[in-house]
Amino acid sequence: MSALLELRGLSKRFGGLAVTQDVSLSLALGEVHALIGPNGAGKTTLIHQVSGTLAPDAGQVVFLGEDVTALGLAARARRGLARSFQITCLLPGFSALENVALAVQARSGSSFRFFRPARGEAALNARAMAALDEMGLAARAGVPASALSHGEKRQLELAIALAMEPRVLLLDEPLAGTGAEEAERLIALLRGLKQRFGILLIEHDMPAVFALADRISVLAQGKVIASGTPDAIRADAQVRAAYLGDDE
Amino acid sequence: MRWRDASLPLLVFAALAIAPFIGFGQGHALTLLARAMIFGMAAMSLSLLVGGAGLVSLGHAAMLGVGAYAVVVLDHAGVTEALVVLPVAVLAAALFALLTGAVAIRTSGVHFIMITLAFGQMAFFTTSSLAIYGGDDGYTLFSRMEVAGSRFLEGRLAFHFTCLALLAGTWLLVQALLDSRFGRVLRAAQQNEVRAQAVGFAPYRYRLVAYVIAGAIGGMAGVLLSQAAEFVAPAYLTWQRSGDLLFMVILGGLAGPHGALVGALAIVLIEEWLAELTEHWRMIFGPMLILCVFFLRGGLVGLLRR
Ligand SMILES: Nc1ncnc2c1ncn2[C@@H]1O[C@H](COP(=O)(O)OP(=O)(O)OP(=O)(O)O)[C@@H](O)[C@H]1O
Ligand SMILES: [Mg+2]
Repeated sequence: MSALLELRGLSKRFGGLAVTQDVSLSLALGEVHALIGPNGAGKTTLIHQVSGTLAPDAGQVVFLGEDVTALGLAARARRGLARSFQITCLLPGFSALENVALAVQARSGSSFRFFRPARGEAALNARAMAALDEMGLAARAGVPASALSHGEKRQLELAIALAMEPRVLLLDEPLAGTGAEEAERLIALLRGLKQRFGILLIEHDMPAVFALADRISVLAQGKVIASGTPDAIRADAQVRAAYLGDDE
Repeated sequence: MRWRDASLPLLVFAALAIAPFIGFGQGHALTLLARAMIFGMAAMSLSLLVGGAGLVSLGHAAMLGVGAYAVVVLDHAGVTEALVVLPVAVLAAALFALLTGAVAIRTSGVHFIMITLAFGQMAFFTTSSLAIYGGDDGYTLFSRMEVAGSRFLEGRLAFHFTCLALLAGTWLLVQALLDSRFGRVLRAAQQNEVRAQAVGFAPYRYRLVAYVIAGAIGGMAGVLLSQAAEFVAPAYLTWQRSGDLLFMVILGGLAGPHGALVGALAIVLIEEWLAELTEHWRMIFGPMLILCVFFLRGGLVGLLRR
């Protein structure tokens, strides 16, 4: 199967600090590719470069066969590259529903429409509601995003990403801050959804990673030090030393 | 639009509609009300930028100035038909907004304030150097425009209700824009630009369109201002005037155009009232404004809502 997403030799420095060093990896349809590594390994910075939030110093991002390296965040999002944020990134004054409806609106026709009230567009609201429902947030649809609990905000992030009907989903620690029960539900949900797209998943929750991932790459100091199936990664001595800890 | 946001403006419009018949029908009172309504339109157009798009412009008076000077240029050329003058003036202001906005909107925050101020000053100095239109002294219009050949606007009440109709129209338009898909993108990008981009909206074009629409409405207000005074001068374009407009918007409240509407009416009328009380009215007005900024976080309309 040809790759949905391919990273070729991405590199990024912040001053003297090499945060991403010659990273190449790929993602296929229906695949969950997990990216793990210790704090400060450069995982978020890599997602920033894949999503277009940051420009790499060198290398390419190829999405659906197109070199999108020169495109910004919005242009890549329109092409079907959705991301969630490690640090919650929502519209605090919009209701949960309207946060999602904005994402639906981006995928359904022009937004240079000036007179009809957007809040009354039943088609947008229905699809937004479906995405909220999928995340178990339907009952909180009318609540301003700023008034949601931390866990609910994380779920809303995911609902927005899903409502974008992406081809690739970049998830930056989607489970951080959610309770054990909630996390389990989200894992089941993501497993059920993954046939629709490819997922590049950053997650510190190792049981979740091993439950979801088809492939795992390990990042340390900006370099991919290992990449393979969950079983291979579990067995890799270098990885155990760098990250997993020997007690695991 | 929420009902509580609509009830206040509707009340204001109703009051303005009956004002001429309950003791505010003399020339002086009507002149004052016209001025208040015209600044109301200008302030509401600015509130689309400040409250809706998060673009704090300190050059909005230039939009009024371009509209007013379009009237002057056409008057000088002998064209005084409103059906020609108004569209030309509005388009001129929109074009000015497009050209300056295309540059200004690439910046943000303090840079945006400074660059809109710079464009405003540029327009100000341009008008004061236009010797054939009176330079600093300004230009006295021979009379108000005709409307389809009739001298309709000369009538005091006709002018009052023309302003009122355009005021109500401006409110409807700005509110509709904010509630539309377009306005939703603007508001989203104001609250969290990265979030708007992450779902696929690059804010630049939306902001530019908002800037052009606000400029066009500002141009219309400039035309009306020229008609109210039958006189146009560079004083219309000073940065202090832009500051006044910004103040009306912020004092009234950023929650929607109704805030700017209330802010504009309040400032124009209070200014007048204080000026009648004492010639040192500025000494009272200044501290009053400062207190308002400190204590009225949601603006005047926020106060009314409580
Ligand atoms: N804008 C920036 N300027 C300078 N240094 C930065 C910047 N952003 C991140 N860094 C540094 O780059 C390194 C990688 O950061 P990054 O956020 O990508 O790590 P991470 O793997 O996501 O960590 P975590 O697991 O804690 O989220 C860190 O040392 C961080 O301090
Ligand atoms: Mg991170």
